[in-house]
Amino acid sequence: MSLILENMTKVVDGVTHLDNVSLEMEKGSFNVILGPTLAGKTTMLRLMAGLERPTSGRMLIKGQDMNPIPVWKRKVSMVYQQFINYPNLNVYENIAFPLRRGKLKADEIDHKVRTVAELLHIGELLTRKPKDLSGGQQQRTALARSLVKGDDLLLLDEPLINLDYKLREQIREEFRNIFDENGDTIIVYSTTDPLEALHLGGQLLVLNEGRPLQSGATHRVFRNPQTEEVARVFNDPPMNMIDGVVVNGRAVLGQGLSVPVTGHISGLKDGTYRFGLRASDLFLLRQSKNDVEFSATIELGEISGSETFIHARHHDVSWVIHEFGIHEHSLGEQASIYFNSRDLFVFGTEGGLTAGPEESTSTAPIY
Amino acid sequence: MLGLYRFLKYTAIIAWSAFVVGPFLWALTTSFKTAEGVVSGARYIPWLQYKPSLEGWKNLFDRSGKGIDIVAPYLSSITVTLSASFISLVLGTLAAYGLSRYKYKLGPIKNADITFFFISQRIMPPIVLSIPFFLMLQALGLLDTLLGLILVYIALLMPIAVWVMVDFFSSIPVELDETAMLDGCSPVECFLRVILPNCKPGLVVGGLFCVFFGWNDFFFAFILTFTKTQLLPVAVVALNSSVTPWWTLSASALISVVPLVVLAFIVEKYLSSGNLSGAIK
Repeated sequence: MSLILENMTKVVDGVTHLDNVSLEMEKGSFNVILGPTLAGKTTMLRLMAGLERPTSGRMLIKGQDMNPIPVWKRKVSMVYQQFINYPNLNVYENIAFPLRRGKLKADEIDHKVRTVAELLHIGELLTRKPKDLSGGQQQRTALARSLVKGDDLLLLDEPLINLDYKLREQIREEFRNIFDENGDTIIVYSTTDPLEALHLGGQLLVLNEGRPLQSGATHRVFRNPQTEEVARVFNDPPMNMIDGVVVNGRAVLGQGLSVPVTGHISGLKDGTYRFGLRASDLFLLRQSKNDVEFSATIELGEISGSETFIHARHHDVSWVIHEFGIHEHSLGEQASIYFNSRDLFVFGTEGGLTAGPEESTSTAPIY
Repeated sequence: MLGLYRFLKYTAIIAWSAFVVGPFLWALTTSFKTAEGVVSGARYIPWLQYKPSLEGWKNLFDRSGKGIDIVAPYLSSITVTLSASFISLVLGTLAAYGLSRYKYKLGPIKNADITFFFISQRIMPPIVLSIPFFLMLQALGLLDTLLGLILVYIALLMPIAVWVMVDFFSSIPVELDETAMLDGCSPVECFLRVILPNCKPGLVVGGLFCVFFGWNDFFFAFILTFTKTQLLPVAVVALNSSVTPWWTLSASALISVVPLVVLAFIVEKYLSSGNLSGAIK
C-alpha cells in the first residue's frame, strides 16, 4: 500500500465538508473522485495536498504520517480548475521552476523540461508567457510543471472543466495516455461528470455531500451502484427512479405500469421498492419481444451535441430518455416507450440496492 | 447634429485643457520674465513680446544670502519623501500580503477591521493628528528634524500603501501561492520569489501615491519644523510676493512639481487601469 487515508474528516464552522473518508491507493494507480458540486472533492484534494489540515484523521504515504509535514516538504503537486501558472515566467521557466528548487544541474533541468514539454505538445511554446497561451495550452503547462517533478502524488481538481467540450475530450484522451505511463506516481483526478469518470477508468470513489458512498473499479461501480444515491450521482442524466410495489409475482411501477417479475428480480418479496432505469435503457423503438411498452407524452426534447434527451410524462411520473443521434420530436405528442425488465435496478425504501441487472445483460453502453 | 456634438465636445476639451494647463504655462512664461515683462501688461511669447531672462531661476539657487536658497529644502524634501515612501511601501506591502492571505483574529477584531484601522488613519482630518504628533516628536526630541518628519510620514503614507496593495493582492489568486508552496517554496520564499515579481504594477502605483502625498504635504511639514529643517512646500509658501519677485515665485512653483511630472512619465505604462487590475488572468 502506498497511500492510505484514515478517517479523514474536515469540519469548518460546524459544516462538515468531508466526512470520515478512508481509502487506500496503490502505487502508480489512477484514481477518480466523482461527485456533484459541493460534494467535498476539492476539500479532499486540498487535505491530501496539505493545503488544509484535517479536523481529524490522517494520510499516510509509504507508512509515514503526513499531518506534521508542511506543503512545501511534501512531494505533491496539484493542477487546479483555474489555469494557474507563474505569470512573470515563460513556459520554459514555469516548468523548470520546481526543479530549480533542487540541486539538479542546468543540463539535466533542460533535458527534463524539454522532454515533458514535448509530451504535452507545448515544445513550440517554451518562450511564451502564460498570458499569451490559450486555456488548453495554459493547462498543459500547469500539468507539465506538475509532471516534471515526479512526485509521489499528483492531484487534478476538475482540470478540464474550464475548457470547451471538444478540447476537453481531446486533452482528456492525451492526459489519460500520459497518466498510463507515469510510473509510480499516484494520480487523483476529481470530476463532476460521470461520463468523464467512465472515460478515465481506473479506481473510483463516489462522494456526495462530503460522504464517501462507494469505491472500486470505475466500471464496476458504474454497473453495480450499491445505493440509489450512487446511481443518481453516477448517471447523467440521473437514473429514472420510480416508486413501485411487488404483489403476487407482478411488479407495478408508478401508476399501473405492470412488469413481469422474472430474471434478476424474480426473487423479490412482496413490498414497496424504488425502481431505477438508466435513461439510455429506455427506447422509442421496440428492441425485443419481451420489452415492456407504455405510452407517454413528450414534454421536452433537448439536443446536446450528438445526443437527444427526451422528457416524457406517463401519469405523474416524468421519464428521461437518452437517444443517440439527433432526433426531432413534436412536443405534446404521444409516444410508445420501451424498456426491458432485465435493465431494472431495484432499491429498497432505505436506498440500498436490492437487485441489479446482471453485468452481461446490461445494454447500457460503456464508453 | 453630429457637427454640433463635435463642436461642443472639442469646446469642452479645449476649455478644460486651458483651465488645467493654463496656470502652468502662465507660471512658465512668468518665470523667464523680468520686472519689465511682468508689469507691462499681458505678454506670453518670449523674444517676441518680452525679453526672456534667467534671473528668476538664478535667484532660486543663490546661496549668497541675497537670493532664495531652495537647494536645502529641496534635498530635505527628497530625503524625507523617498525614505518615508520606501519604508511605507515595504511595511505596507508586507502588511497587505498578510491581510490578504492569512486570517487574524483578536477577540472581535478580524482582517477587515485591521484593514479599516489602517485606512481610517486617512479619514481623520490632519488637524486632529497634528497635536499628538507634535507632542510625540517633542517627547522623542525629534521636532524640527528630518528623522521626526520621516517617522510621521511613514504613519501617514503606510495606510495608502496598505490600501493599494490589499486591493492588488486580492486580484492575485491564492492558488498561485499554493502552487509555489507545492513546488517547494516556503511561505517566505513564495512571497519573495513568486508574489513580489508579479506585483510590480501594484508596487508602482502604491509607491507613486506615497510619493505624491508625501511630496505635496504642507501641513505636517509646517507644524513639525521651525528653523533648522525646512521642506520644499513650506519653503515655497514662505516666499512672500512682497519681498520675492514674481518670476522667482513662478520658478519655485515649477521646480517643485518637476520630480512628480518626471516620475509620472517614467511609470506611465503601469498607470493604465488594465495593467493594475488585469495583471493576472
